[in-house]
Amino acid sequence: MYKFAKVLAFTAVTALFASPLYHASPALAAGSAEPIMKVDWSHSGPFGTFDRASLQRGLQVYREVCSGCHGLRFIAFRNLLEIGLTEKEAKTIAAEYTVMGGPNDEGEMYERPGKLFDYMPSPFDNEKAARASNNGAFPPDLSLIAKARIGGENYLYSLLLGYEEEPPEGVTLAEGMAYNRYFPGHQIAMGPPIDDEAVEYADGTAPTKEQIARDVSAFLMWTAEPAMEARKRMGVKVVLFLIVLTLVLYGVKRKVWADLH
Amino acid sequence: MSGHSSFQTNNPVLKWIEYRLPIFGFINDSLVVYPTPKNLNYWWNMGSLAGMMLVLQIITGIVLAMHYTPHADMAFASTEHIMRDVNYGWLLRYMHANGGSMFFIVVYIHIFRGMYYGSYKEPRELLWWLGIIIFILMMATAFMGYVLPWGQMSFWGATVITNLFSAVPLVGEEIVAWLWGGFAVDQPTLNRFYSLHYLLPFVIFAVVFVHLWALHVHKSNNPLGIDIKGPQDTIPFHPYYTVKDLYGMGIFGIIFALLLFFAPNLLGEPDNYIPANPLVTPTHIVPEWYFLPFYAILRAIPDKLFGVIAMFASIFILFALPWLDTSKVRSARFRPVYKMLFWAFFLNCFVLGYLGAKPPEGIFIVIGRLSTALYFLFFLVLPFIGWFERPRKLPESIATAVLESSGDDGGGGGAPDAAAAKAEDRG
Repeated sequence: MYKFAKVLAFTAVTALFASPLYHASPALAAGSAEPIMKVDWSHSGPFGTFDRASLQRGLQVYREVCSGCHGLRFIAFRNLLEIGLTEKEAKTIAAEYTVMGGPNDEGEMYERPGKLFDYMPSPFDNEKAARASNNGAFPPDLSLIAKARIGGENYLYSLLLGYEEEPPEGVTLAEGMAYNRYFPGHQIAMGPPIDDEAVEYADGTAPTKEQIARDVSAFLMWTAEPAMEARKRMGVKVVLFLIVLTLVLYGVKRKVWADLH
Repeated sequence: MSGHSSFQTNNPVLKWIEYRLPIFGFINDSLVVYPTPKNLNYWWNMGSLAGMMLVLQIITGIVLAMHYTPHADMAFASTEHIMRDVNYGWLLRYMHANGGSMFFIVVYIHIFRGMYYGSYKEPRELLWWLGIIIFILMMATAFMGYVLPWGQMSFWGATVITNLFSAVPLVGEEIVAWLWGGFAVDQPTLNRFYSLHYLLPFVIFAVVFVHLWALHVHKSNNPLGIDIKGPQDTIPFHPYYTVKDLYGMGIFGIIFALLLFFAPNLLGEPDNYIPANPLVTPTHIVPEWYFLPFYAILRAIPDKLFGVIAMFASIFILFALPWLDTSKVRSARFRPVYKMLFWAFFLNCFVLGYLGAKPPEGIFIVIGRLSTALYFLFFLVLPFIGWFERPRKLPESIATAVLESSGDDGGGGGAPDAAAAKAEDRG
């Protein structure tokens, strides 16, 4: 057993080697900013799953609030089936968008309603167009935003709720900028995007700004990592299997080595 | 590698093949009856683990290459295509990305093990050299692989590292343009990195083969660092070390799986999920964690050229290790002074790694220079240690040491790790 303990210690050392020692801590996300708020997500932890109702509300928030400026280019309408929409619902949503089709037999491009295989159309054709309409700022595509920011979905949640109407004393904001407690440098080009009652939820959930921020952050975690549930499910099985296998191998190893001394 | 083999068979097909190509004899000699010191501890598992990781990286890499597009406009999207649309694409990619980290962890432990037990010493100098060559090839491969997803850190990491060559006097700029295939990191750079990233693992594979060839001439070193004196000191590789290696792979597999399935982005940089943008420089450009100690050394030197020289020197100095170490005793177990020095060096590497991730400002600059000096100081004082150090008495042979330790606990004395070795040998 002593030996086993030693192996465990060895394991711990190996794990330490790979520890987040080198990883910038989320507290540093905003430079001098305050530590981000941590939400108790249903999808965190090794057994976590996405809250489908919350993701669907988040989709609604994205469509009604964010999509004016931010794209979601890696999400196709067919992907919406994964968050619990029926095929009919997803088709209806797709059809509300206009996409460029063609060329047809005459060689002409034409506009048509979106279909399941289409991707979410981005609000601007290119970065220049986006900057021209946004006071020089470039609203990033949100497909991967939850993985592209330190702190992930907690950072998004904090950012959405981190606006101050007036900057603290001594801070002068540039023209058209807003003050955000969690944004690096605190000056953010995006104005406060949500407020209480910014949307009206069909399922009757009270649309407080905390609820809205929570739903859309969870939704954006899903868009960034749609395979998360499959990954964790497989992970639990693989780890359990490997533990059993390793115990068996340990037994075999002891048996084989027993005749040496 | 060939010669008379202990392989015997009555199977006519095997006999027919063996007469023309003694492959079964070769396998038998190098993986079955291969004599291995009987006292190897678990630090000797790293070699087989590294081999396993190389194979795993090649397999996952080949499948990823079937779905990836090495084009500046499409690379990022094709990576996301793998993550979202390819069946188990997320698994392949996370396995490959985290597999790279696990490969480096294993190889770093392998190198430190070699340093602790003096595995680089006569007659294993070339074995050690081949290992360093593998390490350098691995770094080149990993660096170019990290560029392929074409995220912000891919792009800017490639820009910073390739720009190092501009420090070369007179022809620096020309070299950089030649590396890039243009005047900036762009499509030609991505395309050639993809080609080389596919090629180099097979070069590594070949060098690993030569590494094993050299290993099998004088056999494995061991925790005592003394030579094999006869058959009583060894056991056949199979079944003893095959099963021990498999058990080690199980433990390793659990750690790997925890990282891969539950924290696949832990060791990555969030910025690499932002598509490459030549017009926007990230606030902090950091390489992957396994390069951080060397990155810290690079940044510790205020002069660009000398920084680059120091960084390369910090790796290439390992080639000189067999001659810098003047002691006849291999294992640190019997070298009290070297042992302390080794652990100082080991910790210092972690300090350097930590500094590599920090912005070069304020106190970090001071510590960075100190740590860099300490890194090279290790190699400078090493020759002198061998002259004044009084090593502890070496056991007569592996067999006697093993026998002594497998008796009852009356032995007493000895350093903690000698005691640990005893417990270990009890199996």
